[in-house]
Amino acid sequence: MNIDPVLLFFLLGLTAGVLRSELRLPAAVYELVSILLLLAIGLKGGIELAQQPFLQLLPQIVAVIAMGALLTLIAFPLLLYWGRFSRADAASIAAHYGSVSVATYAVAAAYFLTRDIPFESHMPLLLAVLEIPAILVGIVLARGRLRSMRLGAVAHEVFLGKSIVLLGGGLLIGWAVGPEGVSAIEPLFFDLFHGILALFLLEMGLITAAQFGSLRRHGLFLILFGVAMPMVAAPIGLAVGWLLGLSVGGCAMMAVLAASASYIAVPAAMRISVPKANPTLSLAAALGVTFPFNVLIGIPLYYELAVWAEALWGA
Amino acid sequence: MTDYAKRRLLTIVSETAIESRLVADIERLGAHGYTVTDARGKGHRGVRSSAWEANSNIRIEVVCDEATADTIAEHLRTHYYADFAMILFISEVAVLRSEKF
Repeated sequence: MNIDPVLLFFLLGLTAGVLRSELRLPAAVYELVSILLLLAIGLKGGIELAQQPFLQLLPQIVAVIAMGALLTLIAFPLLLYWGRFSRADAASIAAHYGSVSVATYAVAAAYFLTRDIPFESHMPLLLAVLEIPAILVGIVLARGRLRSMRLGAVAHEVFLGKSIVLLGGGLLIGWAVGPEGVSAIEPLFFDLFHGILALFLLEMGLITAAQFGSLRRHGLFLILFGVAMPMVAAPIGLAVGWLLGLSVGGCAMMAVLAASASYIAVPAAMRISVPKANPTLSLAAALGVTFPFNVLIGIPLYYELAVWAEALWGA
Repeated sequence: MTDYAKRRLLTIVSETAIESRLVADIERLGAHGYTVTDARGKGHRGVRSSAWEANSNIRIEVVCDEATADTIAEHLRTHYYADFAMILFISEVAVLRSEKF
């Protein structure tokens, strides 16, 4: 099977970073590219939402919220007792793994698209929903309780973070204007999607390489956890997709969502809400281990798993 | 001869993640204004390369009188030093329009 060109851009960035090349995307360009990606994914989901009644999606939304909370609750004791992290660090890392990575979703969407694998097109809605529960569970785990006075600030951070605003905004715009309305902006957001993703992944490679230093310092456990956690989470996502009656592609996508670890929404929210947690630890695991594992090995693996499960249960 | 007034220049380098909280505190504690710039560098919390949000720094500069500078510095020390990447230093500067600061 041919490797996706976008992944080669990721490997280019990774190699350049490891070799300490001078290459880097200007911060404003990276910012723009990530905004375009988030909006494009949101718009795409919004167009599909326009074509189906919202109430039918409610069970899926509830299931995804429960999944986000469950994944955080699974990761937390592992980190606390086996990893011997402090309570704040364990809660923060767990929240990253209960939440979702939009970049991983984008790579998976590109992977499925180029192989003509169909998946439920309202997936971006579930993606946006899945960002949130892990943050709240993580904060409660770190503090023991939600202190009422800071709830306003926490809510602000959770619901008005950049990725939620852009994903949600894209969903609403796509939903409001529908497929015909979006056609005017299609060239920028949809036709250029793979090119934008390639640029984004180039920078992601550089960022991933930058995490290797902290991984060396913080030891083997983070590396093991960064690979083991997605392997535990993917079957859970698969099962949730199966229970919801999704297609094979949809189940595989749920596995990708469950297996991925956030590195945009959660770090920002945790920095504000759980300042005692060391952000280097969660980012080293999420970006240095789990993201490359998922995009290079995980996505095809989860799809194979979904096909295999379908053959097993379908019979 | 031009009449200069002495004021304190408070320079804070810290994480972008807490920018809105910091400037809210600074205003509340009596500063009349502030300047924020993006910053990069290295300290004991590692290289902050500013490549992306979770890893970027800001530099906040505040020109104010001595009492306000002390209040702000003390507040930041007790509330942020333990958990956030932050350095702070104070220098003496001369300004032309003393009523502004």
